[in-house]
Amino acid sequence: MARISLKNLKKSYGQTHVIKGVDIEIEDGEFCVFVGPSGCGKSTLLRMIAGLEDISSGSLVIGEREVNDLPPAQRGVAMVFQSYAIFPHMTVRENVAFGLTISGASKEEKDAKVAEAARILQMEHLLDRRPSQLSGGQRQRVAIGRAIVRKPQVFLFDEPLSNLDAALRMDMRMEIGKLHNQLGATMVYVTHDQVEAMTLADKIVVLKDGQVMQIGAPMDLYHDPANLFVAGFLGAPSMNFLKVKVHGVNGGKVLVSNGALDPVEVSGKRALFKVGDEAILGLRPQYLSVAQGAGKLHGAVALTERLGAETVVEIALKDGNPLIAALSHDAVFDIGAQMNLDFDPDRAHLFPNEPGAGSVNKH
Amino acid sequence: MAMIAADNRGLRLVTRYAVLVLIAIIFVFPLVFMLMSSLKPDQQLLQDSGNLRAFLPVGDISLQNYTDAFQRAPVATFVFNSVLVTGVTVALSLLLCSAAGFAFVFVRWRGRDTLLALLLATLILPFETIAIPLLMMVANLPWVGMEGLTWGWLNSYRVQIIPFIADGLTVFLFVQYFKDLPGELIEAARVEGASWWQIYRKIVMPLSGPIFATAAILKFLVMYNQYLWPLMVTQEEGYRPVMVGLQYFFQLNVAWGEVMAYLSMITVPVLAFYLYLQKAFIASIASTGVKG
Ligand SMILES: Nc1ncnc2c1ncn2[C@@H]1O[C@H](COP(=O)(O)OP(=O)(O)OP(=O)(O)O)[C@@H](O)[C@H]1O
Ligand SMILES: [Mg+2]
Repeated sequence: MARISLKNLKKSYGQTHVIKGVDIEIEDGEFCVFVGPSGCGKSTLLRMIAGLEDISSGSLVIGEREVNDLPPAQRGVAMVFQSYAIFPHMTVRENVAFGLTISGASKEEKDAKVAEAARILQMEHLLDRRPSQLSGGQRQRVAIGRAIVRKPQVFLFDEPLSNLDAALRMDMRMEIGKLHNQLGATMVYVTHDQVEAMTLADKIVVLKDGQVMQIGAPMDLYHDPANLFVAGFLGAPSMNFLKVKVHGVNGGKVLVSNGALDPVEVSGKRALFKVGDEAILGLRPQYLSVAQGAGKLHGAVALTERLGAETVVEIALKDGNPLIAALSHDAVFDIGAQMNLDFDPDRAHLFPNEPGAGSVNKH
Repeated sequence: MAMIAADNRGLRLVTRYAVLVLIAIIFVFPLVFMLMSSLKPDQQLLQDSGNLRAFLPVGDISLQNYTDAFQRAPVATFVFNSVLVTGVTVALSLLLCSAAGFAFVFVRWRGRDTLLALLLATLILPFETIAIPLLMMVANLPWVGMEGLTWGWLNSYRVQIIPFIADGLTVFLFVQYFKDLPGELIEAARVEGASWWQIYRKIVMPLSGPIFATAAILKFLVMYNQYLWPLMVTQEEGYRPVMVGLQYFFQLNVAWGEVMAYLSMITVPVLAFYLYLQKAFIASIASTGVKG
């Protein structure tokens, strides 16, 4: 059993607070992904779990033990690094067997376990090579092989795929997914690639500036983001944010509009909205469609990108703000043509107009 | 076109080699002079020294100077002492200083940076400034050996070895090199369960061949050329190293032929060893592939 439980975990370098009180519960066998923009503390958090960074305060439990003060070796974790960190002076076989060698395993045991790991990762033919004779993807396999051969309860990955090209990244992503099903171990995976996060995770933790923004299943975060940051961070192209004015509040429903948006009633469960408030309306590009009738949003086509299955249209709204629509079919539009758009109000998100809302991270 | 380019390249190559050969000659001539002179009787040696014959094995050539040198001084004892003191000091120094460098770079502990700064500060102290205090200290230090507890380290090997095992420069060399090793390798080994000793032995040492070779060469040169300190602490012939042994040849009448013979005997093996080490040095860089 290897649950991981982080309770009010903090980390400071002198006066610099990097992790500012983080609570996360990771269930046994769960695939948990940390995402967030660069510098938000993902790696630091992972390294704290591994034991490579001291914990300033709070409690870290792996399995049944509090491991705050245990060295990495005694935490029962394996880690795969972004740079692979395979030992250049050892063959692939020696690299994969390193942990077993350290723990004094017999040669037979090592051979058997290395062979099994090599089979799982399809790298039997590489075992006698040196790391310098391997491609990036092969090195990544070796690093993963070294991690799985000891059968640890917990795997930690720090952006393991970020040095690979796009095609290889997709292959390896699927392999890591398969590996998780096969091994059933708890995995914590750091990435800033939201596709990796959405496809691999049972649970996503969105971080910003050393704080948790939201924790949940990928689809929960996608369909029900708790705040502007999460809404803007997940999904590509990222969510459109329109500044709107509140005209009426009726139970959970809020009537909003702005210069380009006709009055529309949307659900307003994230805050108490009052008439006269400014608010932010979030609309995913994918949920916008060309209006059959008058539509709700009005503007003119500014730019189109035809991707075949999808057409991404940038629209200059009547009030001057830009809007992105991702239409799920191929279509041709004239630049400058008037365009009316429609959307399902149930799929719109209303957020309070927090300070700093304008600086939402666009990806 | 192609021919001009080839010509140019050829010309450049010739120039480059000419310059290199010239530099090589400048460095090699003193050595040749020493070797040739060691084969000549004193009178001829002095006559030849004004012209090119000084660099040629001409005239009355023999190994007489070598025989005489052996008679004048216990050469074998001096060489043995130097090899022993140098070898032991180099080996212990590499071990201790690399371990210290390891602790300064990879292990986190309180006061680490302060101590490293202090250590580096010792680099600016010339040995001469501490020679006398050090002498007074070692003269009164206890030692437990075969004869039980004794006081004073004078006239021994240990007095020539122990003060030179740890030194700031060697630690500094290791610190600088270790800092450039990828930190994730060490972290990976820690996660895999390796102890500090295992990380040092199985990861850091194999990846640090070049710096071990460099440190060994530097330490070797310092130790083999020791003169002032052994002169101060060894009165007995039995413990004296080669450089102090040179004194035996500078009596009332300097026998230059014997001096050259003695110098040849104590430098040529060192050069041979250095050339060997240089090969190992290059091989170790090629095999680790950490750098470049
Ligand atoms: N030794 C240190 N001293 C001070 N600040 C540090 C130190 N190490 C990291 N930081 C800071 O901690 C913050 C978090 O760093 P971390 O490496 O965890 O980010 P990250 O989320 O992994 O980013 P990336 O996606 O770029 O890898 C950064 O702002 C960084 O500047
Ligand atoms: Mg990182």
